[in-house]
Amino acid sequence: MILPLSWLQDYVDISDVTVDELEKKMFDAGFEVEEKYELGKDISNIVVGYVESCELIPETHLHVCQVDAGVHGKMQVCCGADNVKAGGKFPLALVGASVYATAKDHKTVEGVMTIKKGKLRGYESCGMLCSGVELGLTEDLYPGSEYNGLLVLPDDAEVGSDVKKLTGLDEWIFDIALTANRPDCQSILGMAREVAAMLSKELKMPATDYTETGVTKDGFKVTVQAPDLCPRYSAHYVHDVKIEESPAWMKRRLALVGMGSISNVVDITNYVLKEIGQPMHAFDCSYLEGNEIVVRRANNGEKIVTLDEQEYSMTDANLVICDGVKPVALAGVMGGLNSEIRDTTTAVLFESAKFARDNVRKTARSLGKSSDASSRYEKGVDEYSTVLGMKRALHLIEELGAGKVSSTHVDVNTGNSIEPTPMTVSIKKVNGVLGIEVPTEDICKVMKDLHFNPTVDGDALTIQVPAYREDMLPNADSKVERYPDVAEEVIRMYGYDHIVPTFMPTAQLTMGGLNLQQKGELALKKTLCMTGAHECMHYSFFSPSDLDLLRYPEDAMERNAIKILNPINQDLSLMRTTLVASMLNAVSRNEKNGILSGRLFEVAKIFVPKALPLTEYPEEKNRLCVATFGNEESFYTMKSIAETIASSMDITFAYEETKKSFLHPYQAVSVTCEGVELGFFGKVAYDIQDELDMRTPAYVMELDLDALSAWYGKKRTFKPLAKFAEEKRDLAFLMNKEITFKQVEDCIRKANKYIKEVKLFDVYEGDRIPEGKKSMAYTVTFMPKEEPFEGDSVQKFVDKICRTLKNDLDVELRG
Amino acid sequence: MENLTGNLAELKAKIETELNVLKNSKELYEFKNVYLEGKKSKISELMKEMRNLAPEERAGYGKSVNELKEWALGRFAEMEEKMKALELQHRYEKEKIDLSIPAEPQKIGNLHPVTLVRNQLIDIFAGMGFEIYEGSEIETDYYNFTALNTPQDHPARDMQDTFYLSPEFLLRTQTSAGQIHVMEKKQPPIKILSPGKVFRSDDDATHSPMFSQMEGLVVDKGITLGDLKGMLDVFVKKIYGEDTTTRLRPSYFPFTEPSVEVDCSCFECGGKGCSLCKGTGWIEILGAGVVNKQVLENCGIDSEEYSGFAFGIGIERTAMLKYGINNIKLLFNSDIRVLEQITEK
Repeated sequence: MILPLSWLQDYVDISDVTVDELEKKMFDAGFEVEEKYELGKDISNIVVGYVESCELIPETHLHVCQVDAGVHGKMQVCCGADNVKAGGKFPLALVGASVYATAKDHKTVEGVMTIKKGKLRGYESCGMLCSGVELGLTEDLYPGSEYNGLLVLPDDAEVGSDVKKLTGLDEWIFDIALTANRPDCQSILGMAREVAAMLSKELKMPATDYTETGVTKDGFKVTVQAPDLCPRYSAHYVHDVKIEESPAWMKRRLALVGMGSISNVVDITNYVLKEIGQPMHAFDCSYLEGNEIVVRRANNGEKIVTLDEQEYSMTDANLVICDGVKPVALAGVMGGLNSEIRDTTTAVLFESAKFARDNVRKTARSLGKSSDASSRYEKGVDEYSTVLGMKRALHLIEELGAGKVSSTHVDVNTGNSIEPTPMTVSIKKVNGVLGIEVPTEDICKVMKDLHFNPTVDGDALTIQVPAYREDMLPNADSKVERYPDVAEEVIRMYGYDHIVPTFMPTAQLTMGGLNLQQKGELALKKTLCMTGAHECMHYSFFSPSDLDLLRYPEDAMERNAIKILNPINQDLSLMRTTLVASMLNAVSRNEKNGILSGRLFEVAKIFVPKALPLTEYPEEKNRLCVATFGNEESFYTMKSIAETIASSMDITFAYEETKKSFLHPYQAVSVTCEGVELGFFGKVAYDIQDELDMRTPAYVMELDLDALSAWYGKKRTFKPLAKFAEEKRDLAFLMNKEITFKQVEDCIRKANKYIKEVKLFDVYEGDRIPEGKKSMAYTVTFMPKEEPFEGDSVQKFVDKICRTLKNDLDVELRG
Repeated sequence: MENLTGNLAELKAKIETELNVLKNSKELYEFKNVYLEGKKSKISELMKEMRNLAPEERAGYGKSVNELKEWALGRFAEMEEKMKALELQHRYEKEKIDLSIPAEPQKIGNLHPVTLVRNQLIDIFAGMGFEIYEGSEIETDYYNFTALNTPQDHPARDMQDTFYLSPEFLLRTQTSAGQIHVMEKKQPPIKILSPGKVFRSDDDATHSPMFSQMEGLVVDKGITLGDLKGMLDVFVKKIYGEDTTTRLRPSYFPFTEPSVEVDCSCFECGGKGCSLCKGTGWIEILGAGVVNKQVLENCGIDSEEYSGFAFGIGIERTAMLKYGINNIKLLFNSDIRVLEQITEK
């Protein structure tokens, strides 16, 4: 919220606190000043200059002036403005001053410049006489500022005095971040209440007095057909309206909070919005038909053209303000063009209402239309300010002489009081929340400063909660006591630095830490790091195009993904059903960055709906995805990662050839453990590598961690060392190319019951062996069981193995 | 006799000469065989000459031969030692290598910065008796908002732009959603830490639509704001260093009352003011507060008997502060050049 300090000063005296002190006070009380600046922060050393003499330099438009700058002395200044004259007072930028530099049009600001001593046409010039624009002023901030020439200062301006002060450029502006529970502070008055409390000063209320003329608008009535969306609607008729410009002070204040001036009546509504926090609307009575206002839900398809000449088609979710015939305003958002205030307006109907914040928000969002009023309503407007705002507007009408206040005032409401609500709490419980004993007199002082009018009776503190403090008011649906609200008010004013740190002296001892599942997952991640893989993290959502990238068939389970109704964009619109797509994209990004090899892994959830659209919680399954890429990677390096995982968990994986739409048809396997399906890995299909512009081969694995978690923390028992020495034999076999390692291994194991391990150490295909054949060399380890092997028993085993291999697979022992 | 004595002297001279020209231990051992060892060695042969001497000459002669043998063995041992040292030296020299040739480190991957911070936080809080509870990423409107005292038209709903999956289901905007599930199932004492991904419809230079939070919740008898402050003091010292202090300032969350924003003294400059803390000396680290009584009641916990506090930490933000990462997007980019830089300290 933008808070000009001069406006705040109207309602609370801050003249004895510095800007920094005020900022600190606000910060401590829960109001963070996001930005603070002096309006004229960029300019300096500008004083009131009195032009004593002014002579035209021949054959130019320049004048050479002798300027009196009071305490700063007298100096000669050359000036090209057409309104420079002897006897005039103008802003004088002294040598060394900073002013805005303008383009040739003298309007567009192009930066800040420093004034230097110079010579023009041979005449020395010690300073510069300035225009309003060069000081950063606008017409609304200071009249005459946008004249294309010098800014004329008043005759009574003291020569040599500071022009920033004179023109209000010494104004300080705070931009304050407000929390969502304090919509009552979304105004100058609201902040003044808080600042008065912080400084323990008196709050001066804005003038709200006016005199009714006795004139009435006979028969005028207001009907609220949707009180749930409009708990209070007040209207007041103003006659003998003269539409004019607003006075300079009002224009300036509106300009300070970023609003342009339109006309006295419209400016009053905006002024009240900013000052009191109450959105107002003014209708031109001559365009209202039927002498009534009806607040109702719009009919489906009903149309309205708003002030900005946009037409909107409404539904019954939108609230409209109608006259006896037609919609005249989109409630809480914007008035209708048909009843807008014009130069010819002579009678006005002021509206000050409370509309349900949620409905205003929905209307603003659904129609894509917002305004200062709607954003104010969305934060929450209280009925206290609805009443106060109307009074303030009528006062201003009178003060500005913009019209006369009639006696026709209608206030339709649902009976909510705008008087304070009493609330009693236990002081002990207030202190119990804080964990310290705040002296009762300090509690009372805070309550008093915040206008809660406290009274104390023993432990009972009774306060009167003002109607604008809706955050403190008891909730009709809840019976919980509200002493924490009081505790919060007390401590933010008393000071959080009073809180004494304690360490739960009343709490029971609890055991903390990771559970088995969480420990297992962390151990798995650390194992993957040991294989050289970096952990990465991707969004839980992905793109429909990712499903196409992975070539999933139409009926694939992965296509049954949960849609986000309001995604940031289509690429982030589906909840992931696989981690593979994000991973391949990550590999592709790395390759584009010139990283041509690496290993990555991610542990994350995939989302499997039981029904779409969702009617119950979907399954969230934990998955692991690993990718390897680079010329040194192969199917076997990925298999080695799988084996590392298995070995780290003391389990055994089994692999079966499998097909996946996104994997190489002959380099893909499923992974199981004790018959439980865990996932797959394989080489990424070439068309997908091409589509992702990958320059090196990539391999990807996805495992179901929920399934794998069955083995987390597997109990390990010590196996006694073997009693007898094991025996190893290296055997090289010649066989048909198609025979797999697995076939040979199975056959060897079938042939002998003492096999501990069959390990492949070489595969050879080439010139030294016949076409269509390959050689595989194994180390076979035999482990004796009950007794040691006798002399030639291992040789007998080998012979048997060779016979079986020959018999079953036509495999020959080499040499 | 004289002849024999002459032979001894001759042999001695010969041994000395031979020993000095030996080139390696192989020759040395051959030398030993020829001169000193065995029945056919030269020294043995000289000894055999004894039988040709007169008995009275034998003792003197035998003594001389033995002296020669002693001396020769001594010389041999000396040479053996020298030779071994020399040969070892040769062996080493042959294995001289270029020590400047670079070596590649064993490739070890890193845990993600978010996991690292998460683990650090878990370690700290587990030690204080917190259990870890990971809720689901997809939540209902009730658990994410309503039960957390944020009903449909509550202004706080505007604080967070929510991704909806259906009118009822959404992507959780805060890990606080998990609090409710825990409190519904379990009566106090409760001390849980709930880390996880959360989602908000925000995507610009400083916001990511997905980020991670860690929610902490304590509910027990007599828990106060002072206990929150005390616990946070311990926490910041553990994560940012012993000299770090905390500051509470008022804030607002619908599910806590009072609510506070917690700052810690800047661990970069020690509170003097620097670019990290934007000159303030303080760094905003988390939001917290005393659990709103209504939230306890919503979960069937008697809010007059029990009270509690909750806090929520942004993990990415903590990681960025800790590791000096300047852009949140770098954490989700899987750029190996980034990931390989961040390791556990």
